Amino acid sequence: MAEFRMPALGADMTEGTLSEWLLQPGDRVSRGDIVAVVETAKAAIEVECFDSGVVERLLVEPGTTVPVGEPLAVIATSVPEAAPVVSPLVRHLAAESGVDLATVHGTGPGGRITRADVMAEPSSGPPAAEATGVVEPAGVVEQAAPRGSSATAPASATTPPSVTAASSATTPPSVTAPSSATTPPSAGPATGAAGRRVRATPLARRLAAEAGVDLATLTGTGAKGAVRAADIRSVLDVRPVPSPVRPHPAPVQATHPAPVAASERQQAMRRATGDLMARSKREIPHYYLSTTVDLAAATRWLRELNLRLPVAERLVPAALLLKAAALAAREVPQLNGFWTASGFTPAPAVHLGVAVSLRGGGLVAPAIHDAADLPVPELMARLRDLVARARGGRLRGSETADPTITVTSLGDQGVEAVFGVIHPPQVALVGLGRVVERPWAAGGMLGVRPVVTATLSADHRASDGATGARYLAALDRLLQRPEEL
Amino acid sequence: VNHDQALALLEDVLTEIVPDADFAGIGPDRSVREALELDSLDFLNLVERLSERAGCRIDEDDYPRLETLAGGAALLVERT
Repeated sequence: MAEFRMPALGADMTEGTLSEWLLQPGDRVSRGDIVAVVETAKAAIEVECFDSGVVERLLVEPGTTVPVGEPLAVIATSVPEAAPVVSPLVRHLAAESGVDLATVHGTGPGGRITRADVMAEPSSGPPAAEATGVVEPAGVVEQAAPRGSSATAPASATTPPSVTAASSATTPPSVTAPSSATTPPSAGPATGAAGRRVRATPLARRLAAEAGVDLATLTGTGAKGAVRAADIRSVLDVRPVPSPVRPHPAPVQATHPAPVAASERQQAMRRATGDLMARSKREIPHYYLSTTVDLAAATRWLRELNLRLPVAERLVPAALLLKAAALAAREVPQLNGFWTASGFTPAPAVHLGVAVSLRGGGLVAPAIHDAADLPVPELMARLRDLVARARGGRLRGSETADPTITVTSLGDQGVEAVFGVIHPPQVALVGLGRVVERPWAAGGMLGVRPVVTATLSADHRASDGATGARYLAALDRLLQRPEEL
Repeated sequence: VNHDQALALLEDVLTEIVPDADFAGIGPDRSVREALELDSLDFLNLVERLSERAGCRIDEDDYPRLETLAGGAALLVERT
């Protein structure tokens, strides 16, 4: 028996809304299957299953917002002793501390092995006192600041009160029995003006609360007249809903929820980014390095290659730069990994986070897995796919959960240099500016060459400036031989 | 195609990439790349879709002409 839980899809996530189930009770699932769509503050994310077995029951209805770690479904696993559920971070920590996970007794919900469990093992480093005070579900602990539970406070402090209420609601609130516990205090109208109790879906209730819409003034189009999210959106007129003049019947709506209203999404995204960046600046002693890289060879190589290629296969300079950034991260492993309570944990592979700005504002930084091992054309294809899905479609849980180092590239917006803020628990962020033509002295001659300013923001707890300098030097050297990338 | 058709095609394709693009605010000689905040991947999408829909080859050397609506439309008229 295994529980499928709300995963932590990135360090800035504290809760998520289950927006769609892609399976039903009785379905057989395999580890890695995409089983649900979860809406976070930033994006709709396709979530993979961590177990194999048969879906026994679904615990949470679409539209319900639950905290990270909350069980969403029960899966009957065929193997009696399922492998312990361990997050990548905990696995890294165990490997680093020499702890065999098979011998660890998980104290997290559902026997999940938490960071504290690993650190309590004899062979691990000194157990961090602050880890014992953690009361959140395992998922929250794992994505929380390694410096201790106190560091998680800002995240929960800024979370609306409805979160704690939702976490205590173990039974999914049904449409017909709206629980006042899930209603944020600001929502007010759990009952109508006439004292009449208003039926509404949890998502509708949340939308109404945030938009200040009185539920009692609406005519619900859902089952038994329940107010649905679509009803709220139709009065908000924030984003014109494409076509549904006639509302869908409720079951259809449940499996195809309309996108969350633009203004709400933007606010939530702003808050999620702000919380994570504030935490980064509060905890991480950043140091910054900058260097200018001659891109003449790389530009020439790209140009000649692209002349022979159909448009669909052409490469952009970003693909070369990302490949070089990934290879350099492999050369300087002190910058590729996570800062945990026991110190720096290098990652075994380079999962290159790519900062993608979203239209209408906002930022996501999903990972290109094993970027250092991908041939440049493959990396280019993955980059295009990732950016397209980040902006228009859906990201996958595994992509948002585990970047080991992130690259931000503001060159397309015209700036020459960007000194970024590290995404905890990562320890480094590479900034790439615009490729510009500049006078350049080489071999005693002055010429005009395309150059790019590459910067590194790194965590001084994990590395020193000399290490960071080696990274930028490696990046420069790699870009001088584009054909070998 | 004539200039108006080319311009319409260009605006069509740009709208596919930037759904809320407002061309009224973009003069014929202003950089669309800047006005619509197109990054290099968006620009590649633009080139790919344009060459597909117009049935003409667009090389990297032509990219500067696609910077503006007027330049892009002229390029399409020339090539088709």
